[in-house]
Amino acid sequence: MPKVRPALDAPERREGAQAAIFSLKDVQVAYGGVPAVENVTFELVKNEITAFIGPSGCGKSTLLRCLNRMNDLIPSASVSGQVLYHDQDLYAPDIDPVQVRKRIGMVFQKPNPFPKSIYENIAFGPRVLGMKGDMDEIVESALRKGALWDEVKDRLKTNAFGMSGGQQQRLCIARTMAVEPDVILMDEPCSALDPISTGAIEELMLELKRNYSIVIVTHNMQQAARVSDRTAFYNVDKLEEGKRVGKLVEFAPTEKIFTAPDDKRTEEYVTGKFG
Amino acid sequence: MDGGQELAARPGTGSAPPSLTRVRTRRSAGEQAIKVLLAGAAVLSVLTTTGIVVTLITESSKFFGEVPFRDFFFGTDWAPLAGGASQSFGVAPLIWSTLYLTLIALIVAVPLGLGVGVYLAEYASPRVRKIFKPIVELLAGIPTIVFGYFALTFFTPLLKDVGINLEVFNGLSGGIILGILVLPTIASVSEDAMSAVPQSLREGAFGLGAAKWQVVVRVVFPAALSGIVAALVLGASRAIGETVVILVASGNNPNLTFDLSVAHQNMAAFIANVARADVSAGSVAYATIFAVGTTLFAMTFLLNLIAIRFVRKYRQVYE
Repeated sequence: MPKVRPALDAPERREGAQAAIFSLKDVQVAYGGVPAVENVTFELVKNEITAFIGPSGCGKSTLLRCLNRMNDLIPSASVSGQVLYHDQDLYAPDIDPVQVRKRIGMVFQKPNPFPKSIYENIAFGPRVLGMKGDMDEIVESALRKGALWDEVKDRLKTNAFGMSGGQQQRLCIARTMAVEPDVILMDEPCSALDPISTGAIEELMLELKRNYSIVIVTHNMQQAARVSDRTAFYNVDKLEEGKRVGKLVEFAPTEKIFTAPDDKRTEEYVTGKFG
Repeated sequence: MDGGQELAARPGTGSAPPSLTRVRTRRSAGEQAIKVLLAGAAVLSVLTTTGIVVTLITESSKFFGEVPFRDFFFGTDWAPLAGGASQSFGVAPLIWSTLYLTLIALIVAVPLGLGVGVYLAEYASPRVRKIFKPIVELLAGIPTIVFGYFALTFFTPLLKDVGINLEVFNGLSGGIILGILVLPTIASVSEDAMSAVPQSLREGAFGLGAAKWQVVVRVVFPAALSGIVAALVLGASRAIGETVVILVASGNNPNLTFDLSVAHQNMAAFIANVARADVSAGSVAYATIFAVGTTLFAMTFLLNLIAIRFVRKYRQVYE
């Protein structure tokens, strides 16, 4: 019997610029029953870049991965609290994670192109989703959005592993564009790249936010300051017996986080006193 | 440079440079002995291989001194042990049965083996995998004679019971059980190949909205292709060279036929059969062992060669 899926259709883009796409209420993610990050409550705004910063182990990547149900791949992971995406509970029993990930794309820390040609890397998503249209056009348009077209248009059939690290990462971003998502989650997308490639990707992000909403996890505070509109600062709480749990400390416009944070820990972190 | 400064600065060494010359000690002698022992082991195995190849070639050249190449490779009647005029050396029935039974075995083992491999690598929970994989590998450790008698005394009667008309010794039962025999090899090696595909590739595909089976079929399977081919070749090599199962279950009569209900004799089973038959050493009938052995060796060698080329061509390297 075919399962009835709720329509996960994103409303028209560019409509109501301040509309919340994500609304999290008291979210906790645990691995094997041990909480990794908890007490997370915030709203993410459309067509903005939101940065997650914080020291290692604060749960920022874990939280990012629960926004498109990527944590489902880890059998011991469990999510409690409420994760609303366009007012739909992402963890409701009748939600299909495949539909979720179609809408909410992800770019990973290390470039992970498929061992296929550049063309096939882009065409993969549209093909598995059964998207209609001229594949050559889809590929070209995605590569243009990824600011990669001019560099690779003459070698689309060559293996993606022959590209530089920065190109591979832009290919992964372009690959995500090809399935026309609503939100792009980026998990430290520049941590494996040199400064020039990093600059190219940051420029690309600023370009993309006109049409997409972006959430980026970064260890690089300058990067958060350069590209993001809002910043969430997470910190590690040390509990008894060496246990640690991540907590959201402060969520505010980026300028405020970096110039006049409310919380003392935020100030210490952004000024480089720890982390 | 840094190390030198540190050494010089250490109290007690004074200004004299530290001695770096080699000192003969018991340890260095032991080191030498180990190296010699290990090299000896390597040389011994190379010598053994060389010895086997040399014996095969010299003995089969004696055979081909008496029997023309043409009669051997293109003759279709295999009766080397017969007397007088009915003696005949056409190897085609043996080669045919070897390949035909291998095909039957692979028809059974490839879908099942790859199915098990995909299940264990991609679908099974860690707990299930921990229990399942050793059991599958245990199947690989069962002596082939057990498979042979399983085919003869259980599987053939079972096939007859369900209404398939078979002789006592037949190719069908032998071929299918041969498939069960090579299944664990294919399952285990292909599972290893798929498990070695980096998780990041799966995540990349899931992140694009691919469903589980699409990730398996379009990402994991192609990425593990070279290992999967290696698994298939290993399985095929085992099936081609398998002796006891065919000897016990499929009988002693060479038959150049598609009919699986009658006896089939593959090359290895023939060799085993002659080796225990009353044949005087030095006779032509005896020399057939080596001629058939060389042919068998050449076949598996060729198969491995093709596989290595294939694997090299399609191997995908991850950082």
